[in-house]
Amino acid sequence: MNPIKTFPKGGVHPEENKLSSDRPIERFPIPKQVIIPLGQCLGAPAEVIVNKGDTVKTGQLIGTAKGFISANVHSSVSGKVAKIDEVMDHTGYRKPAVFIDVEGDEWAEGIDTSDTIIRDITLSREEIIERVKTHGIVGMGGATFPTYVKLSIPKDKKADFVIINAAECEPYLTCDNRLLLERAEQFLIGVKILMKAVDAPKALIGIEKNKIDAARYLDKMIKSDSYYNGIEVQLLKTKYPQGGEKQLIKATTGREVPSGKLPIETGCVVVNVASTYAIYEAVQKNKPLISRIVTVTGKSLKRPANLEVRIGTPANLLIEACGGLPEDTANVINGGPMMGKSVSVTDFPVIKGTSGILMLNVKDAQPRTVGNCIRCGKCIQACPMGLEPYYLCRVSRQKDFESTESHNIMDCIECGSCEFTCPANIPLLDYIRFGKAKTGQIIRSRNQK
Amino acid sequence: MNGVLLYSLIVLGVMGGILAIILYFIAQKFKVEENPLIDEVESALAGANCGGCGYAGCRNFAEACVKAAAEKKSLAGLHCPSSDMQKVADILQLTVEAEEPKIAVVRCNGSCENAPSKVHYEGADICAFANTLYAGENGCPNGCLGLGDCVKACPFDAIHIDGVTGLPVVDPERCVACGACTKVCPRNIIEIRPRGKNDRRVYVSCMNVEKGAIAMKNCKVSCIGCQKCFKTCPFEAIEMRGNLAYIDPAKCKSCRKCVEVCPRGSIIEVNFPPRKPKEENKESVNNEVKN
Repeated sequence: MNPIKTFPKGGVHPEENKLSSDRPIERFPIPKQVIIPLGQCLGAPAEVIVNKGDTVKTGQLIGTAKGFISANVHSSVSGKVAKIDEVMDHTGYRKPAVFIDVEGDEWAEGIDTSDTIIRDITLSREEIIERVKTHGIVGMGGATFPTYVKLSIPKDKKADFVIINAAECEPYLTCDNRLLLERAEQFLIGVKILMKAVDAPKALIGIEKNKIDAARYLDKMIKSDSYYNGIEVQLLKTKYPQGGEKQLIKATTGREVPSGKLPIETGCVVVNVASTYAIYEAVQKNKPLISRIVTVTGKSLKRPANLEVRIGTPANLLIEACGGLPEDTANVINGGPMMGKSVSVTDFPVIKGTSGILMLNVKDAQPRTVGNCIRCGKCIQACPMGLEPYYLCRVSRQKDFESTESHNIMDCIECGSCEFTCPANIPLLDYIRFGKAKTGQIIRSRNQK
Repeated sequence: MNGVLLYSLIVLGVMGGILAIILYFIAQKFKVEENPLIDEVESALAGANCGGCGYAGCRNFAEACVKAAAEKKSLAGLHCPSSDMQKVADILQLTVEAEEPKIAVVRCNGSCENAPSKVHYEGADICAFANTLYAGENGCPNGCLGLGDCVKACPFDAIHIDGVTGLPVVDPERCVACGACTKVCPRNIIEIRPRGKNDRRVYVSCMNVEKGAIAMKNCKVSCIGCQKCFKTCPFEAIEMRGNLAYIDPAKCKSCRKCVEVCPRGSIIEVNFPPRKPKEENKESVNNEVKN
């Protein structure tokens, strides 16, 4: 293996708390009813194509993508459409969703449900990308950006590297780690498919050092078989946000994504581990994205676990299965503790981007008293993008959106390192997110003119 | 020592004199001719730059007034909510039509008691940001978030968050209905409405557009779209906007029949004298009939 690398600027090291890293993936039983939200990806929500009372099979298309940045939605179970109504998602807002009453588990035709591993990639480049598009695959690290958009490389660009994001730098989360250990072969075939899809000669799998067993295991597999030629494992320092797209590219290849540009500018295509596995399933087994691995964890939780869950399963069922909501829970988070968002209700359905459900106890989630900024500059040291968080926070608060733009607020990756390190507990990221959203609006409306 | 002082005084004095002469001629050359009326009008205005007139600031409004007076000989369409338009009209030697006095109205009654908090919010105190994050502490996706964007926006210090209810309260003495708060509220809860006769007004204090059963869950005083007020109103002043009733202030005659029939208490009456008990009412009606 290559020597350990990392990104050069900023970063923090929160307590790792990978409580469930030795828990094997469990198949979670199919619930009685699933609620499949139509907006599961970044961009426009899908348009529903089934009606109330229709019978659907597992893997059947129920919502079609609307617009360029949008993804298809498939039924994750077989049964009857109970209603098409609004459901409260983790924010507390109501979003359109399809409610399906489960009857058995009958799969749609053409889907290979066997466990045999298919190694030969018979589809062509275009067919693979089309498959990724029709099967509704999105970035499963949490951002839920439609993957086919990433794979469709502009004609004047060329991909040199496929980079697999296996850093899993978020504390607590272990779903990618378990996937690498238990389904390594399928995952590596997925990497080969990606290499073919973007015509890249090399693939780098970036893994943080705290998952050394997974890295060693993959490395051994790759070296023992010439089929995996071109794939390399790259160990990375355990540092947050190692799994940020731009940080990962810098760490693994030394290339830097220019401000305001996409990673393809540097000849890199970055894909998440879970997405890679989903691509394998879609391309080799014709299986749409209807299930994912969710880490259910928390210090006070009885039995932290990695569960393979059908999309649309209510989250409270998962919490029940892991021993119920602990009494000293102060905060339930959808995702990891750094970038995840606190939820208002616990019965929100699991969607494609739900990587974890985290229950923070009272001790870890104590209300913080917010102090004043003393210009200590810790946030500047921590910012992996080289920005000045304290300044961006201040001008966002004053609604001075000219200054936010000139100080490159749009380059913020919203990792939260600044807020984590702030000794005055100022909600820096909140203000920056507000400023970034407003600045983005202003830039977009200006570009339209 | 004295020599140095004298020397400097002479040099600086001569320099100052020469520069003053140069500046005088430059100022003459680049002088901007401006109508002195603009300054006069501006000094008659409140000077808060609130934007309630629709112009960027008081100066722009004053310019617009003077321009309109010169071209159209009227001040139609120009109104400053925060100052005496009569003064402006006097300066421009015009008459002014009386505008109906207006006030900002907060259309949410989801106080801590009526809509108890289910979650606790911790983070930036900006309504516009919290609105993108979650539905609100009480779960109502249309209700007041209580973080005070309106308070910060008000140039007249006329709106404050009540410590007990957690809702913004408008100070009728100070509010000039400039509309600064309505522009910043991410949920459009605040509306500019006429103050009404004798400062009495009736309005629906809810913005929840959800179906009745869902609206009931989060708040005790939410409008559930039952249409009782809609059917009762003798003046057709109430319109149903989906699951939400809205009282049109132009048609409303403040008869308060809607307030009586509302099963949720989401229609609010302001500054009316307390009602007489119902039995007395009946008696008095009977007496009248007998007489």
